[in-house]
Formats: sequence, structure tokens, C-alpha cells
Amino acid sequence: MKKEFKASINRALNDANLTGALGKFSEAYRVNRAKAYEGIDFEALRGRIAEAKSSAACHLDEVAEVFKENAEALGAKVFRTSDPEQVKEYILQVARDNGVKSVVKSKSMASEEIHLNKALLNAGISVAETDLGEWIIQLAGQTPSHMVMPAIHLTKEEVAEIFSKEVEERLDSDIPRLVKVARNELRPKFLAADMGISGANIAVAETGSIVLVTNEGNARLTTTLPRIHVALVGVEKLVEKFETVVPILDALPRSATAQLLTSYVSIITGPSPNDDGSLKDLHIILMDNRRTEMARDPKFKQALQCIRCGSCLNVCPIFRLVGGHVFGKIYTGGIGTILTAWFDELQKSEEIQGLCIQCGNCTEVCPGKLDIPEMILEIRRRLVLEKGQPLAQKAIFSVVNNRKLFHGMLRAASVAGKPFTSGKFIRHLPLFLSDLTDGRSLPAIAEKPFRDIFPEIRQPKGGEKAVFYAGCLIDFAYPETGIALVKLLNKAGIEVLFPEEQTCCGAPALYNGAYEVAAHNAVDNIKALLEVEARYVVSACPTCTVALAHDFAKTLQDQGRSEWLDKAKELAEKTVDLSTLVKRLVEEGRLSFEEGEDLGKITYHDSCHLKRTLKVSQEPRELLQKAGYELAEMYECDMCCGMGGSYSMKLPEISAPILKRKLHNIKETGAPLVAMDCPGCVMQIRGGFDQDGETVRVRHTAELLAERLK
Amino acid sequence: MFEQFKTRATGVGAEVHRVVTRRDAVDFILGFLKKEGVSDLSGSYAVWADGPFLRGVDRELLKQVPGLSLKVTRERTAQAKIGISEMSFAVADTGSLVQDQSAVDQRLASSLTGIHVAIVPSANIVCDKTALFSRISPKTSRYIAFITGPSRTADIERVLTIGVHGPERLIILFVDELGGAA
Ligand code: SF4
Ligand code: SF4
Repeated sequence: MKKEFKASINRALNDANLTGALGKFSEAYRVNRAKAYEGIDFEALRGRIAEAKSSAACHLDEVAEVFKENAEALGAKVFRTSDPEQVKEYILQVARDNGVKSVVKSKSMASEEIHLNKALLNAGISVAETDLGEWIIQLAGQTPSHMVMPAIHLTKEEVAEIFSKEVEERLDSDIPRLVKVARNELRPKFLAADMGISGANIAVAETGSIVLVTNEGNARLTTTLPRIHVALVGVEKLVEKFETVVPILDALPRSATAQLLTSYVSIITGPSPNDDGSLKDLHIILMDNRRTEMARDPKFKQALQCIRCGSCLNVCPIFRLVGGHVFGKIYTGGIGTILTAWFDELQKSEEIQGLCIQCGNCTEVCPGKLDIPEMILEIRRRLVLEKGQPLAQKAIFSVVNNRKLFHGMLRAASVAGKPFTSGKFIRHLPLFLSDLTDGRSLPAIAEKPFRDIFPEIRQPKGGEKAVFYAGCLIDFAYPETGIALVKLLNKAGIEVLFPEEQTCCGAPALYNGAYEVAAHNAVDNIKALLEVEARYVVSACPTCTVALAHDFAKTLQDQGRSEWLDKAKELAEKTVDLSTLVKRLVEEGRLSFEEGEDLGKITYHDSCHLKRTLKVSQEPRELLQKAGYELAEMYECDMCCGMGGSYSMKLPEISAPILKRKLHNIKETGAPLVAMDCPGCVMQIRGGFDQDGETVRVRHTAELLAERLK
Repeated sequence: MFEQFKTRATGVGAEVHRVVTRRDAVDFILGFLKKEGVSDLSGSYAVWADGPFLRGVDRELLKQVPGLSLKVTRERTAQAKIGISEMSFAVADTGSLVQDQSAVDQRLASSLTGIHVAIVPSANIVCDKTALFSRISPKTSRYIAFITGPSRTADIERVLTIGVHGPERLIILFVDELGGAA
């Protein structure tokens, strides 16, 4: 990672205004969004949007042609091009033909994407952004930091400063007053402008309409006052049918700003009259700029379902810490990483893609149903393919690729009793994480790994069988969690099998873009875990469970190793996380807990993979309550703890404040005990409390449940 | 549905009133113009965009009001304090008003002034966008405008501020007597 990039992260982290504004906003957003969606079936709604947008993306060419035909039949001029340069030329030509001297713009991301303002200014045409946030940014000579709230990084004092220069008058930082100044300054520009340039939130092929959604009313003026209107529209805004306007309008304002509807929605279908009686000169530019190519890429096609609501930024724990100027350029945040990689160039996303901690918060709220973390991983992978793996990383993965060597090194580490210093970025290998004890202590490698303890456990034989997939962290750092798991299953009459050949789940390699290594790990594990007859394959680590149940098949397919797909599927079907299995056993009456004792308060931390990929969150809570604990929910219980595998090593400056916030939220509940289902989270949070000097105990759910068995 | 509309619309900062007859509506508006100090002075004008309602009232009476213009020009509207226009539909679930604003004076009167007074037939409240789109269509309307509360921004420090480029007040006047044929 380049020095400047690290520096920009640190600058952002130390910008109290930025982190304060984003933090406050994202807290309020969660509550307001939930309220705005009250009574609405979000899954059904986003299903409709995703389906309609994906269908349009599949037939982009035809849909664009239908749009063109219909809009032209009404008198609009439609220009389609894939080349951003041509877009600029076209607009400049229209300007020249009509003697345009001044332009007003209503927010258009597409125009930022191609740096249109610069081209206009170079041609001697004055340009005014009219969206308040955009105007502030324009005057400040900056780029937007959020798709929906471009100037969220600036304080009112800074805005007052910027405006003062513009109006040559000392202004106070009173916000309503500043807004008035903007109104007064921009009004004459609206009235004088020869051309209005807007974007579009939706373009409807069936009717040739464009739909504009704003709160300020600037789009209405931009499309009404100047006699020429140019709408610059990315082709991903196209939908086939007019009826799709309804679900998008239902979701967009709710997701963007938690409003039921924005103040203004304009549906423009062909030119309408100007105030001098003439008809508007309406130009609609359908811009491609690699979108068609994106639509043909099976991994990225879904990106065209994005409705640019910005809600993925609002819930992103990283974005709220570092803001848009670190996390993207024109398009920011997780989705910004993807759009930057495509619309700008892959290399430009190299650093920002590493910011994503893969927590999945964004996927949960996305009204377009985009799997952002998955696409970011794919970018990571393609970067690795293009540039190769960094050398140190390569060395580590070659170790992980060889189970015997790998486990041998882990054992050696425990014997030596001191940490490795190389390869410090692999998840699940706590000992490797030596010099990064910033804000948290790291556990030592257990003296005896689980695989050595296991044969000593006496088990009931002859009953149902379950294969235990331990994962590196439980195996080598937290064998007690494995022991608890065996105890739980034994009690229900299940015999636990532990195939020795099992190895790393491949998640570290996968999350670092080293797919071949991940595929190799997958094959080794499939062989090991399916070799023995058992009803379940159970894991007490959500990341491992996700690897077994979801990632193996995807990775193998991706690597062209389809001969393993059937086996991968078989394994996936058998795989279950511990809490889900235990809950099932309790319901079947095969397990029960001691009753009658009041164990006091406990709080529960949702691990990202468990909650969002595996959709398990109620099961451990119910079990802990059944076992006698009183559940005290913490604020943002499902917000990432900052572990994120190697993330906490590569970007400790971001991981540390995320952890700090988590610790704070745990303490606020007043519970002396916090439970979780992921050994990675245990490591992160326990380490955090250790350094913090607090006495909150941190336990894996399995252990707490095993203690309470009847 | 009126009650739902009213709750939603006031929730986003609109002011909602309801009268029975056209005559009541005219009285309400004239009273309002007076209260707001409309006069023959730049910055204090009012403009009233043509529409079915206006066609059914005694224009002579209105022409007596100093500062009120029934001709909506761009210059006059830019100087006006109040814009009066008719909106065809009210959408209950979001508190929105909707109209075919292909005619430019409709857009001017409802977007350039500080206060927008919107006259709506009580009979034309629909429950949601789906119901609305069975009544209004881009096939026949070139500029469909939704207005939901006054103009707003939260671009500076996320503080909600009313009235940026559009009106800072939206006064909605339902008139029962106007039939459903908007
Ligand atoms: S990716 Fe999803 S959440 Fe993010 S802006 Fe696009 S639609 Fe909104
Ligand atoms: S997965 Fe998490 S960290 Fe990555 S972009 Fe989404 S919300 Fe942000």
C-alpha cells in the first residue's frame, strides 16, 4: 500500500468533523431508514427492482434503441455513444450551434465521470452546479465525497468561508442564511442560462421518458428555464417498462435519505414548451463508457442494477470512518470501488478495494440487490491476476497450500512460544500477528492443538455422526471451543469425527484474491471431510462455514475445476453452523439445559458472516436465553468488530477505531459477559478488552452452552 | 384518504386546508394574499396560473387585486412572492401533489416563487403511485410533476433547511366542489 494512501486514511481518521458528521449521520440513518420502510416488504420491493433492472441490462442494446426511437418520435434528439470524448464533443457542438454562453447543471454523476465541466470551461462557457452540495464542492474546487450528499465532509464554517469568497462579503455560518445566499446567487444564473444539463434517475424505453428526483427543485428549474435541455444519462438508468418507475420511486428516496418521496419528481417525455412559446430543444445522451461491457461480464452484470441511492455508503463501517475522499473518487464507497474500477480504470481501484472489510452491511440494505463485497473480491482477484501476488503473501500462501508444512509451522510456533514475524496477514493465524497489537492483545497459540486433544476425548459410539470442521483458529488457538462443541453433540448422542487431513478453509487466500490457493484448500478439505460417513459437517466458525457452504463451489467453478462441483455441493448440503444445529437438537428434545438458575445479563455480538451470509442471528440468542442468561442487546449489535481477517493487519488504523466502538457498545449494556459465534471475533474483542483493562468476559457461544448442559 | 394525505403532507412541511365551494376557495386565497401583504411591488407580486378552477371564477374580481397577475410570465414570476396553481391529484401514501405541467406557466408558478398555493379537487385523492399511474400517463403528459412538501436541502451538515431553489412554503387547498374531472 502506498504511503500517500495511508496518509490520506490517517488524515480522514483525524478529521473530527468528517468522522463526526458521518458517524452521526449513519447512526440516525439506520433508525430513519427503518421508519421510512415501515409497512413495506423490502425483499419483495428490491426483488422487483433487481429483476427489472437486470432484464434491461441483459438487453441493453435493444432497450437503448427502443428508448431512442420513442423519445425521437416525440421530438427529442437522442445520441448514443460508448465514448466519453464523444459525449463532450456532442455537448460542445450543441453549445456552439446555439451560441451558448452559460450552463446550469442539475446533479449528474455521469457528467462528473467524464469531467464535463472542465471541457465546458475550456470552451469558454460558464458552468454552475445548482445542487447545493455540488455547488459548494464546485466553488471549493473539490470532488464529491458522497453520492447523495456531496458536501457532507464540510462544516458550516467551511461553507461560510467558501461562500464568503464567492459573494465577497463576510458571511456568518448560520445554515438557513447560507442556503438563502445560495438561492440568491444561483437564481440569476438559472434565469440567464442558455442550456440546462441534467442527469436522470430513470430512463424508460417504453415511453421515452426520463425521471428526475430532487429535493431542492433545481432540476425543475434546469429543465424549465433554459431553452436547451441536455440530459446526460448512463445507460444503466434504462428500464423497459414505465411500471418500473413505481418500485424505483418507492425505494430510491427511502434508501437515499429515508424520505417517503423527495420534494420533486419530474417525468419528462419529449420536449415541452418554453415560456416564449417555442418548444424545448431536448437532447438526451445515452452514455455507455464500458457499461455494456460490464453487462456482459457475469460477475459484474449485477452492478447495473444499482439505482445510486448511496445507502451502501450510509451503512458501511469503513466509509463512516474515512469518508468519500479516501474511499473512491467520483463514485465513492463500496459501490464506488466497483464503478471506479470500470469507469475509470482497474488500477485506480487498487488501493480503495482493500478498504472493504467484507462485512456485508451494504448488501443487506441495497435496493438493487447488489452483492458489493463479492464484486470487490472479484476486483481483488483480477488485480492479483494482472499484477501477481505480492512476494511475502505468495510465500505465506505456499505454506497454507501445504497442510503438513503449515500445521508443522503452527506447532513449531507454539513450541518456540514466540510469534512468527512473517506472513502476518493471514486470518485465523493469531500467532502470526505479532507486531500489530495496536488496541488489542493477541492470543498465544495453544500448547496443545485441538487435533492432539481430540483423540483423548471419550465419546459415545454407534449413534449418529457429525464431522467437525475446526478451522485454524479453533484448532490451534482456541481448542476449548472445539471441546465444548464435542461435549454438546455427544450429549445429544452424536459422535464427532475429526478428519486429520482437514486444513485451512481457504478464506485468507480467497479474501486476498489468491483463488488458486483457495481452490487447492477447497479440494483438500472436500476430500478430507467427505471421506468419512456422517450426517453433518459442523463448524463453530462462521467464516469457515461460509467457505464450506458457499465459497468452495464458487471458487472451484471459477478456477475451472468443475470435476469437484458435485462433491462441493454434497459438502455444502451437509454443512451447518453450530448454533443452528444445537437449536435443532434442542427442539427435537435431544438436548436441554439446566433450569432454574439466573445467570445474569449477557450481550451478543453478531458476526458478519453468520448474520448476513448465513442469516443466523436468532438461534444463538434463543439458546443463550434458554441456558439461563438474560439478554441485553447492545447498540449496533451486528456491526463489524473490525477483525475482517487480514484486514486488521493491513489497515490497523481503521480496524482499531471500529473495535473501540464495539467495545464501547458492549460496555454500555452493563453486561459482564459478551457471547459470539466466531473465533475471529473472540480474538479481536477479547484482545481489545485485554488492552482496555476492562473485565468484560468474552466467550464463544459453544462454550457457554456446554457449561449449562443438563 | 384525505386524513392520510394530510398527515403525510404536513409531515413533510406542507400546510393543508380544505373548503367546500369555489367561492370559499377564492375567499381563502384572497384572504391569504392579503395576509401575506401581496401588493404592486416587485418581490410582493402574486401570479396565478391558468387552469380549470380559474376558468370557473369571476376573473374581474381577481383583476381588482393589486399585485396579482393572471398572466404568468417568467419575469413577473421571478419577482413574485406567491405562485398559485392547480394540481390535479393528491397521492395519499406520500402526501404528494401531481399534475401534468406541460404548460410552462404551471411550472413557473410552482417553482420560482417563495410560496406555492396549490388548489386540488378533493375528489382526486388517490391512494398510491400505482393508482395514480392509471389516471395520468407520460403518453399524454409531457411533463409530469410530483410535488411533496416545500423545497428542501440537507447538504450543509445534514441540517434540514427549507426553501432552496423552490418554494419554502407549500399551501395545499382542497376544494370539495371541484369534481373529479381534473
Ligand atoms: S449499490 Fe445498492 S445501495 Fe449502493 S448506491 Fe447502488 S443501489 Fe444503492
Ligand atoms: S462489505 Fe462492508 S466494508 Fe465492504 S463496502 Fe460493504 S459495508 Fe463497506
